[in-house]
Amino acid sequence: MEARAARLRPARRARRSVFRGERRLGAAMLAPSLAVIALVAAYPIAYAVWLSLNEYSVITPGLSRFVGLDNYREALGSSAFWEAMETTVLFTVVSVGLELVIGLGMALVMHRAFRGRALLRAVVLVPWAILTVVTAITWRTIFEPELGFVNTVLSSLGLPGGDVVWLGEEGYALAAMILADVWKTAPFMALLLLAGLQGIPEDLYDAAKVDGAGTWQRFRSITLPLLVPAITVALIFRTLDALRVFDLPYVLTKGANGTETLSLIAQRELVTNRNTGLGSALAVLTFITVMGVSFLYIRFVGGNIRALTEEEQ
Amino acid sequence: MTERHEALGRALLWLAVAAIVVFCLFPFYWLINTSLKTGTDLSSANLVPPHPTLDNYTSIFKDSAFTMALRNSAIVAGSVTVLSLLIGSFAGYALARLHLPFKFLILAILLSISTFPPIAIAAPVFEIWTEIGLYNTYPGLILPSLAFGLPLTVYILASFFRDIPRELEEAALIDGATRFQAFRKIVIPLAAPGVVTAGLLVFIFAWNEFLFAITLTSTPDRRPVPAAIAFFTGSTQFEIPLGTISAASVVVTIPLIVMVLIFQRRIVAGLTAGAVKG
Repeated sequence: MEARAARLRPARRARRSVFRGERRLGAAMLAPSLAVIALVAAYPIAYAVWLSLNEYSVITPGLSRFVGLDNYREALGSSAFWEAMETTVLFTVVSVGLELVIGLGMALVMHRAFRGRALLRAVVLVPWAILTVVTAITWRTIFEPELGFVNTVLSSLGLPGGDVVWLGEEGYALAAMILADVWKTAPFMALLLLAGLQGIPEDLYDAAKVDGAGTWQRFRSITLPLLVPAITVALIFRTLDALRVFDLPYVLTKGANGTETLSLIAQRELVTNRNTGLGSALAVLTFITVMGVSFLYIRFVGGNIRALTEEEQ
Repeated sequence: MTERHEALGRALLWLAVAAIVVFCLFPFYWLINTSLKTGTDLSSANLVPPHPTLDNYTSIFKDSAFTMALRNSAIVAGSVTVLSLLIGSFAGYALARLHLPFKFLILAILLSISTFPPIAIAAPVFEIWTEIGLYNTYPGLILPSLAFGLPLTVYILASFFRDIPRELEEAALIDGATRFQAFRKIVIPLAAPGVVTAGLLVFIFAWNEFLFAITLTSTPDRRPVPAAIAFFTGSTQFEIPLGTISAASVVVTIPLIVMVLIFQRRIVAGLTAGAVKG
């Protein structure tokens, strides 16, 4: 026993010093990233909470006083906040839902074997690669009342809606915003789902075919259940993005006509109205809303993170 | 019967492919169409411009606000890409390969940062930058984008580093290389595809960044492209110089489309590697 322990000791000591060296190297290699995150993300979040607990003088810059939760009371008591919350949630649910359906359809098509599949994948990336600001401009040109594509087509076909000022009316404006978002991000959804489809073993389908399962049956009992993880990740990603949406309504409508989202009203208070206290409270409330989903996300990709960071052998 | 069935299936497939192509490309075509019209043509909705002209394009390149915006975006997005690859590769390597405590926690925190709503840090960053003189400067724009781009870089690179056989590194160590030398000379070159993938995604992300671009700049000589385009749109909702703004939008989109066409495979791989968003 004694002898064995003595024999082991030098080896273990050597290993330990290797570990210590690795730790030092590891700390040095992580330091720059963690410093950036601390300076530009962690500290500002804490500072935002502090700002939201104070009231700031508009007349004398730098003058402020602690007001506790007053800004939150004001925010939560205002109809503007709840309208923005409703707009944001409605936008998120409808656009992410449509993106899932359209994205799944696109993924199923792209999964089939045909010539030019790679080209189609590149085409599908085009809306994803276009700047969100440009997406908004694009859809403004499409919904433009006079020269816009939508109104022209509707009126020349004699369909109703040809005289609607899409971006100028409540309801229609949100619908236009949802359409623009679906256009831009359904392809992203499609690519995530396509990766999921490619992970489903082909022989499952062959076996089902032998058993006489039809196309719809194969889709329902093989494709959908096995695609659930990919669908979940895609939904979480898109939900996180949709809840934070800012660029699209900012350029499309400037938040007019029922398109003001949580990020937009916080930005308006902060920048346009120079109301740092209330604006920060709104920003923190947006943060809390998003963090709920973010928590789900981390739990869901936890397995991936663990696989990446756990020690081998 | 089955042959006819198959032919029908084939036809439906091509119909679906055509629908996807039109869905994805038509809106962008409409933008190009608008950018080629001037004057009275702008208030007509022809599918093809009746008198196509490049006037809008020549006029935006004469506009210094636009050319400055292109330069600003190139500097900011380029710096964000280089910096996040540099420091992100260190962090990715440490997390994928070194024996360290709390690795799970560190990566989880990093990833959750990427889900922050930018608006939540815009106000404090604005205040801090004003105080320390970073407001309306390139570093002031680069740092926040870096914070959001880093988690993505670290995650993608870590998963690429992990796939490189350990034996190659160990051979270098036996030959007397230090751990860091092995990282620089063996791991990085082998992970080059991952570096390209991460670089592309971060560049596209940084080029697209909007909220900080409008909140942290005040003059055209620092304003990046997305903010400049939003500024073009004028103060009221419906008075916009549609022709020129469409031309500007086309110009800033072309480089991204070219990138996507060339690196399609890499980008898709990056987007789906553990499904980290771009």
